[in-house]
Amino acid sequence: MIPKPVLSVTGIAKTFHGEGTSCPALADVSFDVGPREIVCIMGPSGCGKSTLLRIIGGLEIADAGSIQGVSGSGEGTASATMVFQDSALFPWLSVEENIVYGLRLTAQKMPEEEVRRRVTELLELIHLGPFAHSPPHELSGGMKQRVAVARALAIRPSILLMDEPFSALDIFTRRELEDEIQRIRNELETTILMVTHNPEEAVYLADRIVILSERPAMVSEILPVGLPHPRNPADPEFIRIRERLTLMVQGRPDREMCKTIPSASK
Amino acid sequence: MVLIKRQTIRDYGKGLAVVVLLLVIWECAALIINNNYILPTLGEIAEVLLHPFEPVLGGESLVANTLVSLKEVLSGFFIAAALAIPLGLLIGWSSEVQAYLNPAIQLLRPIPPIAWMPFAIAWFGIGINSILFIIVLGAFFPILINTVDGVLSIRIRWIEVAEMFHATTPEKLRTVVFPGALPRIWTGLRVSFAIAWMCVVAAEMLPGTTAGLGFLIMYAYNLGQLDVIGAGMVIIGIIGLGADMLFREGHARFFAWEGKE
Repeated sequence: MIPKPVLSVTGIAKTFHGEGTSCPALADVSFDVGPREIVCIMGPSGCGKSTLLRIIGGLEIADAGSIQGVSGSGEGTASATMVFQDSALFPWLSVEENIVYGLRLTAQKMPEEEVRRRVTELLELIHLGPFAHSPPHELSGGMKQRVAVARALAIRPSILLMDEPFSALDIFTRRELEDEIQRIRNELETTILMVTHNPEEAVYLADRIVILSERPAMVSEILPVGLPHPRNPADPEFIRIRERLTLMVQGRPDREMCKTIPSASK
Repeated sequence: MVLIKRQTIRDYGKGLAVVVLLLVIWECAALIINNNYILPTLGEIAEVLLHPFEPVLGGESLVANTLVSLKEVLSGFFIAAALAIPLGLLIGWSSEVQAYLNPAIQLLRPIPPIAWMPFAIAWFGIGINSILFIIVLGAFFPILINTVDGVLSIRIRWIEVAEMFHATTPEKLRTVVFPGALPRIWTGLRVSFAIAWMCVVAAEMLPGTTAGLGFLIMYAYNLGQLDVIGAGMVIIGIIGLGADMLFREGHARFFAWEGKE
């Protein structure tokens, strides 16, 4: 029996309108994400991967199609939270205050003892207990991303969205955090949807990889990665899948299609 | 405890040297002119400053006059902040509100607060209320403009994080927009305090006031007591400098994150 998907994306389309130009980003994107799955989205650069993630996260509105499983308006616990490429922590709050940010809003109405319990648990999870009261600017890039993950997990979202979360980190920190994401998935049974441009990262982490075509993007293929965890990037089978994936993602870059990409609106 | 670097000490030394030089020039000029109706000596000014609790020119003491001015400037400053910060947040947040209010603000802003004095006296009469009105006018715009700029310079990403957690609009304003704009608001407060301090001295020079540093300077002028004027100016300068240093110190302490996010 196939378990009910946590997230169901159907026929998502989005066109950006600039001054006198219109730029179709997503044509018709459909896929599912099952419970406890890690799904990576890959595609040629500028194909609308981030836009897709932002639509799922409720930060942008699609022109057509539907998102099922996460409610944009966020009633109850069926929600999606996002980890951005830059950690986007609030620099005026401490690590701990950043983590509990979502819990203290009226949308959650969390009793204070539950907030305390969760923050202790999350600090433990990301191994940053000693830094609970530090301001973010005293942390390294990897530590900041860990805090961003903890902040996103605090409200127990039904799915964690990650937009190239480790691309600004050095290779060692990146691998460390990839392992931590694995561990968090196993410990908290989190479902994760991650945009990445790094084929090795996708093969290292993902249960399935959704490959988007060039603009306007459609799902060109869904590649399952059947390797057992922990995965070894030097394993010949790993390398074979990675190379296949790289070939599938490489498209003809078609950047002339739109010269102006509108910035995100408030 | 902040470690003061050798370079900082050297820079302080340079600044101090110029101040000393100016004082020496003043003193030489005063000795040559030898007329304390034109230029009092430093000794005469110091003489006034060294008796801060004694009545000056048959009126209140230096300290009492200073406290009057400080009380007025602080009252006006806080009223201005209480009006300008919420309004600035609103204007920065809503382009609709900005479209309505911006032209009026840009039109009123360049008018020197003192120019309103005749109106102030007509509306509020002679005394504290007119003075407060002038101070509030002077302090209002720097806070407002900086608050608006602060809101506009907030990273969109921070607001998206709030939206991702389904923050309501008042929550977004309270938890993201206000703290995010606060370093700029603080700069506005610093600028506006300096302006308010100048306004209070100017406003007290108008007829009808009975106390304050501006009043004291004007009163001493009428009696030809230039040493008292000099003493008043020293106090005004030192308080202005002290307030500015406090604001700078506060900025460094509270907003260490600025530019490092």
